[in-house]
Amino acid sequence: MSTVSEKLMSLVEDFSELSINDRLNLLLEFSDGLPELPLHLADHPDLLERVEECQSPVYLFVEIDENRFGRLYFSAPREAPTTRGFASILHELLDNQPVDEILAIDEDFINRLGLAEAISPLRLRGMRAMLHRAKRQLQEKSIAVRS
Amino acid sequence: MPVEIETNPAFADYAHPEALVSTEWLASHLGDAGLVVLECDEDVLLYQTGHIATARKIDWHTELNDSVTRDYLTSTAFAQLLGSKGISRDSTVVIYGDKSNWWASYALWVFKLFGHEDVRLLNGGREKWIAEGREITRELPEVQTAEYPVVERDDHTDRAYRDEVLAHIGLPLIDVRSPEEYSGERTHMPNYPDEGALRAGHIPTAKSVPWAKAANDDATFKTRAELEKVYFEGAGLKSDDDVISYCRIGERSSHTWFALKYLLGLPRVRNYDGSWTEWGSLVGVPISKGSEPGSVLTS
Repeated sequence: MSTVSEKLMSLVEDFSELSINDRLNLLLEFSDGLPELPLHLADHPDLLERVEECQSPVYLFVEIDENRFGRLYFSAPREAPTTRGFASILHELLDNQPVDEILAIDEDFINRLGLAEAISPLRLRGMRAMLHRAKRQLQEKSIAVRS
Repeated sequence: MPVEIETNPAFADYAHPEALVSTEWLASHLGDAGLVVLECDEDVLLYQTGHIATARKIDWHTELNDSVTRDYLTSTAFAQLLGSKGISRDSTVVIYGDKSNWWASYALWVFKLFGHEDVRLLNGGREKWIAEGREITRELPEVQTAEYPVVERDDHTDRAYRDEVLAHIGLPLIDVRSPEEYSGERTHMPNYPDEGALRAGHIPTAKSVPWAKAANDDATFKTRAELEKVYFEGAGLKSDDDVISYCRIGERSSHTWFALKYLLGLPRVRNYDGSWTEWGSLVGVPISKGSEPGSVLTS
């Protein structure tokens, strides 16, 4: 299994090699592919944290399993496909990865995807906010697990 | 060649019924010669998930704004953009979008800065079209490029700059943001940067009329009588007022600008596109906090 940083590098390559229009199409593929929430969360929306920085209602939840692997779950409506695309990218990269690796990722990768040209820098703020909140939740939970 | 204007009893009371089309009208006119349909959304991918047949996408961020200067397109760039969408100066353009047509109104406002004569909004926008079960497609339309003339942008009739707003304090000003943004309460969580403006509150003497007061739940505009109640009785505007509207970056206030100018027919309505992201960070301008408009002297 490849490490988070290897997955990151290959994703950055995938996006940056494409034309601007195809970057949007790849983001759409991610958006279409965002997995549904697992049952134990779908029944408990109160457990989810809203990403306030996104104008559309997007929610996230993280868990740490017994092997200190992070699980990341996102929920965003079909009417907000860009937000779903961001969530799906983060899910694909970070779900089921060692907590320490997730916490160590360089957030700057978001700038290297080449999406700023395709969708404008302002719209990337939502993705940064999602990653930031996911990392903060992981950090809080990992302290709780240790103590 | 312009496409015929919709005769719809539901629009008859509006000052400019020709500025709107209904979903029924659009469904029966798709493919008409001279008609170009544009979708303009907050979400840059929404068009790709499915759009009205023949509609072209226009993006407010990547296409209508200049990427270097905080401003709209230059005249040359606008002519190129419209030509690339197959729009001529005499095309009838119908714009629709998500979020109750915020961005569609914004695009329409930019078209008006360049004096495009026949541009109409789809009443209810994308939401209503889809709610009615009308067809959408992922198929991209074939676009025949057109020649669009280079016309000078008019930054005075429908647009207000900050100095004009400063001079307008005490005159009719409408803040269309949420009550929390207006009063200056912050709701963001600790440890998160507020990336907007450096000060929270509103422009002194501006009345708070959130944009949604002009819209029904199905994203259509309220009737003229209902709009008069909101803006005349509620906010104290008069039918001959010179009004400036603003929000955070000028999109929600384009929606209100449209309602005041085309539905109520006020003689002069300007949108302050710098809005709170500019005013709330400007050095030396007064602001007011709290739920009251505040006075001219408030600073």
